[in-house]
Amino acid sequence: MHAMHPLRITVNGQEHRADIDPRRSLLDFARDSLNLTGPKKGCDHGQCGACTMIVNGRRINSCLSLAVSHEGDEVTTIEGLAEGSDLSALQRAFVEHDAFQCGFCTPGQICSATALLDELKEGLPSVVSSPDKLAEMDEEIRERMSGNLCRCGAYNNIVAAISSVAGDKS
Amino acid sequence: MKPFDYSRLDSPDALSPLGAGKFLAGGTNLIDLMKHEIETPDALVDVTRAGMKEISQQPDGSIRIGSQITNTDLAANSDVRQNYPVLSEALLWGATQQLRNKATTGGNFLQRTRCQYFYDTARACNKRDPGSGCDAMKGLNRFHAILGASSSCIAVHPSDMAVAMAALDAEVLTRKVDGVERRIPASELHRLPGDAPERDHVLENGELIMAVDLPASPPRLQSYRKIRDRSSYAFAVVSAAVALDLDDGRMSNVRIALGGVAHKPWRASRAETALEGQMPSREMFLKAMKEEMSEAQGHGHNDFKIDLLPRVVAGVLRDLTAPERNGDRT
Repeated sequence: MHAMHPLRITVNGQEHRADIDPRRSLLDFARDSLNLTGPKKGCDHGQCGACTMIVNGRRINSCLSLAVSHEGDEVTTIEGLAEGSDLSALQRAFVEHDAFQCGFCTPGQICSATALLDELKEGLPSVVSSPDKLAEMDEEIRERMSGNLCRCGAYNNIVAAISSVAGDKS
Repeated sequence: MKPFDYSRLDSPDALSPLGAGKFLAGGTNLIDLMKHEIETPDALVDVTRAGMKEISQQPDGSIRIGSQITNTDLAANSDVRQNYPVLSEALLWGATQQLRNKATTGGNFLQRTRCQYFYDTARACNKRDPGSGCDAMKGLNRFHAILGASSSCIAVHPSDMAVAMAALDAEVLTRKVDGVERRIPASELHRLPGDAPERDHVLENGELIMAVDLPASPPRLQSYRKIRDRSSYAFAVVSAAVALDLDDGRMSNVRIALGGVAHKPWRASRAETALEGQMPSREMFLKAMKEEMSEAQGHGHNDFKIDLLPRVVAGVLRDLTAPERNGDRT
């Protein structure tokens, strides 16, 4: 017998308690138990980024994380980014720059980009950064967003959307 | 995924044989392998809440990295960026931001090969299923080993971080279930496949990586170079971590570790010895690497690595020893 496991987790500001199968991924827990279907199951193997969520301030692939291991964590999904009907700056930028076609990867793209902006503020380096300064912003964005694939190939507009919010920090 | 028991370790002091199971840290590789049912543990012991999250300077000047420090935090650490830049570079060359945010220092060492025959449960693989054979040997082996392989396995270790750790003479601190602690040089943590490729490393069952020590006073000139098939998020075709000093223009404390070429991060000790005390020159770099590659063996699709690798190392050595760069780094 393999026991169910208690979980207490905060998602988009709301606390949830559940008894769950330890095999359940954070992605499946959000989609199936909380009915948060913004995060998408693309590859389910950490290769496409469609499942990206922000956990305790850091973006992760929710498909590669067991829900049970997130006891007490604070999770943000795409559903948690807008304030009521006011979209976040990045959400507006994705609309304005036509940064998607089918939209399947978009929740992951926007969660990923939201965390990216915080990483820039925090001064986290990327492999294209020099020791003391960032590369050109578009180059930083392309590298830092490499964990989010877009099968429609909307990359140019995705970079433009993120860049319009990130400004020129290089 | 096969069912398993889940428990959390509160502290390394709570390790016990009774609680034995496979350790879960970031899980970015382990959970993937469990979905494929390549890993089928009966129990997972979550070690992400057991402390081991400090980076601290030791009295002897070495830096101790807790095993649960994420790849992101290690790459961004100011001491690491300043004094061990090859490590920060190697980490940032690896994976994606999402994966680096979860992946840990200990877990990065213990990730498993990405050999496609290891992942494909319909193919023969001695590492996944000992005694079943190796379909990589006559298969698509472009990514496979050219050094230290055996007739039973030509898989490579996929880590970038571990290659830099090997070049820096890092030491891995572990604790066994009986409480005994030991220090293992990072370059000796993994093993060559021999006739037991199912064993990636020398750790015993239930032995936990607690921390990694970076020795004080590392060589001043350091760099990591990775050749890969796309410009981001790809494993190394080959990679090289190089660290050295220049002493009156002569190379000293030369350390070279190679990735993507063996079942473990490969310390190029023959090349290091050949370069020690010499004036830098392309001829010297290539001669030293030729010595290192004297027993290299390709398997068809990966033959090109035998020519590529010396050039990659020579390029890193050239850039590190070029007078203009050297002057920049005082």
